[in-house]
Amino acid sequence: MDWVNTIVQGVLLGGLYAMFATGLSLMFGIMRLVNIAHGDFIVLASYLALVVVTSLGLSPLISLVIVVPLMFVIGYVLQRYLLNKTLGDDILPPLLVTFGMSIILQNVLLEVFSADSQKLSAGALDIASITVSDQLSVGVMPLIVFISGVAIVGGLQFLFYKTELGRAFRATSDDQDTARLMGVNNSHIFALAMAIAMAVVAIAGVFLAMRTNFDPTVGPARLLYGFEAVIIGGLGSLWGTLAGGIILGVAQAVGAQIDPGWQIMTGHIVFLVILIFRPRGLFPRSVD
Amino acid sequence: MSRLKIQNLTAGYGDFQALFGIDLELNAKETVAIIGSNGAGKSTFMRSIAGLLKNAPDAVQFKGENIGDLPANKVVEKGIALVPEGRRLFPSLSVEENLLMGAYSKRKGPWNLNRIYELFPILKEKRNNPGTALSGGQQQMVAIGRALMSNPELLLCDEISLGLAPTTVKDIYKAFPAIQEDGTTVLVVEQDINQAMAVSDRIYCFQEGRVSLEGKPGEVSKDDIKAAYFGM
Repeated sequence: MDWVNTIVQGVLLGGLYAMFATGLSLMFGIMRLVNIAHGDFIVLASYLALVVVTSLGLSPLISLVIVVPLMFVIGYVLQRYLLNKTLGDDILPPLLVTFGMSIILQNVLLEVFSADSQKLSAGALDIASITVSDQLSVGVMPLIVFISGVAIVGGLQFLFYKTELGRAFRATSDDQDTARLMGVNNSHIFALAMAIAMAVVAIAGVFLAMRTNFDPTVGPARLLYGFEAVIIGGLGSLWGTLAGGIILGVAQAVGAQIDPGWQIMTGHIVFLVILIFRPRGLFPRSVD
Repeated sequence: MSRLKIQNLTAGYGDFQALFGIDLELNAKETVAIIGSNGAGKSTFMRSIAGLLKNAPDAVQFKGENIGDLPANKVVEKGIALVPEGRRLFPSLSVEENLLMGAYSKRKGPWNLNRIYELFPILKEKRNNPGTALSGGQQQMVAIGRALMSNPELLLCDEISLGLAPTTVKDIYKAFPAIQEDGTTVLVVEQDINQAMAVSDRIYCFQEGRVSLEGKPGEVSKDDIKAAYFGM
């Protein structure tokens, strides 16, 4: 039963990792942009939630109403007026610019909020659980995070494959010049894609802050988990990203069950094994 | 007033200049063909009109308005659609999604999905297939249909017979009368001289980025074309 419990907890953790990864997957899938500052934006969202919660006295979940639109706007402006200028045939400029942004964000957060570890308390939700059997309980908060992760992936899948905007996203990703010939303003479309990615980052950041301690330096590790989930799932595939997050979460949980010190290492090992046998991930998009 | 007026158009890629002061006019409801050998600047010319290459504002005038410096997404809103060389279908979109992308600019007009399917019935059968899974000729139909979905007043067709079997080319050109019926002006780039002569009211020949010949199909001789085409 211990192992069933471990796997269930791993799956639920995977929901959070999938959220970390979905934004990355969107940015790479549409703009071919590798955002090194992705983890730091997750942490920025956590701190924005902290400010909202402490200054307005709202619950962390309600803070999403403010943090998500705020990150949406930040994403739009960032892509439209900075990152679009770095995109082109050369992959290096966006890497360098987002690497720079990562350093700036970490240091600004350190300056403003200090290195003290923070956590958002959700009150009774923090310890609420559903008892499935004598030996298996499922935390309500991890369950909310997991369901949110699945809902986000499902929602984005609908947006991408059932709406005109999604069609424009995919067309622009396929061929920017031809998309322009159809009347698509690529700068605006890319900025919208980044805005949506940042809205997902905002949700991930708030849930991260509710689930665990955070400080200005934890971003790069979230980036790493996000990358691993995206690559395990297959570049550009949203359901694949969810699967990648779950596999990573389960791997870490199993590792921790064997020995607590093995948690992170087991995730990396599974990632490497998948990379060796399936370099394009488990569910790669057919057109890349 | 001419529908499209090109004056002293120069264009190129970086340091490489491909067009050297092109002048050309198209009247409403006219079909004009541009012929010329590889590297003559025909596709660069089409890309310039469509807004993929930036020009001086007055180098391209459409219905009296200077549009030479507009980006491609604004040019299509004005009523100019390009069927690009090599079809350039969106690989991750189905046939129907490719066609719907053509309507992204939301221009009003006679063309919609049903009319495209009437024009090219095979596309209705294959509407859920990936665009790039079709034969070359069917892909070309999608590319033409996609351009028509923007309800253009000027349709630019760049090398639509390239790489296709002669019978397929004939099938595709059979659609032209229906396109012209609605008053759409058509500018085609065509390497097949006989085909160009058959569909056009006037022809221009390009050679090394300049206009080397202009005339009506019945009025230019084979020798004129040979001289203008090859510079002999």
